[in-house]
Amino acid sequence: MSDRLNIGFMPLVDCAPLAIAREIGFAEEEGLDLALQRQPSWSALRDMLAFERIDAAHMLAPVPVAMSMGLGGLPMAIDALMVLSVNGTVIGVSRDLAARMRDRGAPSDFMAAAVGRALIEAATPPLKVGVPFPFSMHAELLYYWLGALGVQAPQQLVVRTVPPPLMADAMAAGEIDAFCVGEPWGSVAAERGVAEVVLPGCAIWGFAPEKVLAVRRCFTTEAPDRTARLMRAVWRAGRWLGDPEHNLAASEILARKGYLDVSAEIIERTLNCRFVVSPLGEERRAPRFIEFFGGAAQFPWRSQAAWIAGRLSKRLGVEASPEARLTFRADLFRANLGPIGADLPGASEKLEGALDTSMPVASSHGRLFLGPDRFFDSEIFDPVPGK
Amino acid sequence: MQQRLRITVVERDRDRALQVVDALKEAGDYEVSVLGDVTGLARKLAALDPDVVLIDIANPSRDTLEEMALASSPMERAVAMFVDRSDDALTTAAIEAGISAYVVDGLRPERIKPVLDAAIARFKMVSRMRRELEETKAALAERKMVDRAKGLLMAAKGISEGEAYTLLRRAAMDQGKKIGEVAAALVTASELLK
Repeated sequence: MSDRLNIGFMPLVDCAPLAIAREIGFAEEEGLDLALQRQPSWSALRDMLAFERIDAAHMLAPVPVAMSMGLGGLPMAIDALMVLSVNGTVIGVSRDLAARMRDRGAPSDFMAAAVGRALIEAATPPLKVGVPFPFSMHAELLYYWLGALGVQAPQQLVVRTVPPPLMADAMAAGEIDAFCVGEPWGSVAAERGVAEVVLPGCAIWGFAPEKVLAVRRCFTTEAPDRTARLMRAVWRAGRWLGDPEHNLAASEILARKGYLDVSAEIIERTLNCRFVVSPLGEERRAPRFIEFFGGAAQFPWRSQAAWIAGRLSKRLGVEASPEARLTFRADLFRANLGPIGADLPGASEKLEGALDTSMPVASSHGRLFLGPDRFFDSEIFDPVPGK
Repeated sequence: MQQRLRITVVERDRDRALQVVDALKEAGDYEVSVLGDVTGLARKLAALDPDVVLIDIANPSRDTLEEMALASSPMERAVAMFVDRSDDALTTAAIEAGISAYVVDGLRPERIKPVLDAAIARFKMVSRMRRELEETKAALAERKMVDRAKGLLMAAKGISEGEAYTLLRRAAMDQGKKIGEVAAALVTASELLK
């Protein structure tokens, strides 16, 4: 008999590992029946998880870290078992702002520093930017990018929460001047003629953990076997997605009504690392625009959690406990996925932003390549405190 | 004397909003307002400055309210989510009824409970009414389809209405389908043959 697990997700391209785990049969191989339940908002999804309506969730990477710091209302320990996807976001600006940026010499290539400077010069402060959720990689990338270029929040930068499907409306209504959002919603806003995409998120941070597989911490101790089976199914789904030959099949599955309910063509475009930048339908490509497997994408680096905790702590004036980084369960990843062949890195923390190119690193099978993972301003984050 | 609680209901469907407003007015002496349009939600809520915000859990704009919980500093009127773990039953009931509530931090639970109780009861009733309405609509559509299929059979085979219905019912039983499905298949097929 198959063991049913209730899993909540948001209809976004990066829910793919969960959909594929179910539809291609990786969950079934583990004796799991993944009941995937689409949710209307991130807060609803988080509450469903906290109040045990669902067993696991497709979650924004900063949410478990924020919750461990007492942010976001719910006093509940939520852990990230693994990373579901890396990168996949875009920055868009209103057409009016895009025109003014061009007048100020904004480059047409994705140089985050130069694009950012043109944006700051062209905008009338405060710049109003929409993100899907207060605790999201979208918000972190935005604060990091504009903060490093000297913009001060909240005096010069107002970040507003707008659900992704409403991003184009909010821009059309003049509520926001710019946005950072996951695909397909940036391309949709460009195609609707209200926005131009000026940067992919990966131009700000080359390897940003975007979504994670989240569970209640008590689930991992009460149901260690189900945790392991779920992780194995999702790991195999991620490996399957890592092969570009599967992009067509994956996009057909994700296009179905129960998942994204948008055309397969739009989804395949994202999986092929392409996105629309202007209302003329002009498409661009960025390497590693979205990554499910390569470069140890699924490994929940504690240094990633530490980076998020440090950013939240600085921005919101909340102390980051040493436990914040332990919400990324590198320990469970090793224990549960090592035995089925995952190539495990030698350490669970690393310097973030230190690699310009793909580099081989010490790993259990000796075939692991990491990076590139540069921040646009060449900062390097060292997760060891005191350094 | 305590100040009257200010409650804002975020709901696009006007009838549903009015139902909730009525229920709240019956439950106590509250100052209730409704926001129908979610554009600029945070700004509009800041202007209304409510003690409690009620919003449908299925409303994607709920995420916007999370921002207010974050923006609150001790100097401002803090809006936090209603997740007092001391009353899990109430929170669970709210989630099951499909409602989420945001309340001013520090507001005493006994002042919120009657508000939530009333809202939960009304949300449940409205959901049930909607479901019943949908079921009624579906039943009506099925009956229309069966009537058309009966008409087709009567014309094609020169039989009575009763015989046509018996024929449809037997076909449905033989195929293990609903009579509405068999009727729909027949109507679709006949359209093609025209």
